[in-house]
Amino acid sequence: MKRAARSVFPHPFLTVLLIVSWCLLNNSFTLGTVVFGIILGFLIPQGTAAYWPGAPRGIKAGKFISYLLLVLWDILVANVQVAWIVLTRSNAGMRTHWVTVPLEIRTPEAITILAGTITLTPGTVTADMSDEGHCLLVHALDAASPEEVRDEIKNRYERRLKEIFE
Amino acid sequence: MTGTVIPEILIAICLLMGALFMLVGSFGLLKLDSPMKRMHAPTKASTLGVGALLLASMLHSFAFDDGSLHEILIMAFLFVTAPISANFIAKVAIHRGRDMPTPEPPKDQTWSTLDVPAETGSPDAPEAPVRG
Amino acid sequence: MIAPDRLYDLALVIAFAAVALAQILAMIRLVIGPTTGDRILALDTMVIDAIGMIVLVGLAQGTQIYFEAALIFAMLGFVSTVAYARFILRGDIIE
Repeated sequence: MKRAARSVFPHPFLTVLLIVSWCLLNNSFTLGTVVFGIILGFLIPQGTAAYWPGAPRGIKAGKFISYLLLVLWDILVANVQVAWIVLTRSNAGMRTHWVTVPLEIRTPEAITILAGTITLTPGTVTADMSDEGHCLLVHALDAASPEEVRDEIKNRYERRLKEIFE
Repeated sequence: MTGTVIPEILIAICLLMGALFMLVGSFGLLKLDSPMKRMHAPTKASTLGVGALLLASMLHSFAFDDGSLHEILIMAFLFVTAPISANFIAKVAIHRGRDMPTPEPPKDQTWSTLDVPAETGSPDAPEAPVRG
Repeated sequence: MIAPDRLYDLALVIAFAAVALAQILAMIRLVIGPTTGDRILALDTMVIDAIGMIVLVGLAQGTQIYFEAALIFAMLGFVSTVAYARFILRGDIIE
């Protein structure tokens, strides 16, 4: 039964995402749009399944949603902090640092989400990744020390992503 | 009349917040003095700025109309693409700029942006990667 | 004390002015920006400000028909930013 469901919907998250975005694009939640969304959610993953054979399995959806809410809250707080720094500090008063964050996660999807989270949250931008994928290069706008930024990223985001993906 | 007062105040707060963040983003773009510092102001403030404006638009449609949620699509799209374009612009700043040399990665050879074979590098790139 | 029904109109006018000012500030950075990265960043900011402006116009006229315009602006802005940055990095867009 589970294998049959897997062959009809090879990427269940993509299917749900397609149905939701089709309904949002039409801006209606009637039966007709949902049915057509399900048809799209069946056809598009089937047609493109050959291009992503190694999609991660067994993502913990509940923890992922709580991670998204945490990131949204951090973005809000972060934006206010960065706006305050930009408005009040002089250029010379900002303590900018390059921060090297060594990575424990190895899944490409998890690293992508971590890099996106770092860029969206306050005062830090992911600038680059080492060529073998063992660490991220992060630029911090205003931080007391590079170690503080690194520890916060590792404790707050990477630990949770490790739980979600591995 | 009294039924529409609270939504209007909420919409007004969202509008002012979004416009303020957009203004701060552009102000930071103009004020900060090095290319890597300038990355921080617009990519963040503008994302929340557009987010608050779209939230105001959604609140307006629910308060005075049938209600629509499709602004979520724009918001989700911007939140997903903002890190990617920020990453590309940061790579350009590292590749071309010399204002702040990058540190060495602890274990690996180099950063992936600087790992460019000489023949595929852009025509006017520096001859050797900029090192600290 | 301003009456509440005026409050919303006032907020809309202030938001229009602030977003227009943001657009002009980003344009100044586009003109003076010393490096190419700054110019790409300024263009990216201007696209985002333009999306905000479209949303504000939709709010001011009370219609939903500008939604598609805003969505297409978001998509084109992202693609053109990535294309510019990639061109600077590699000297080529599609390898």
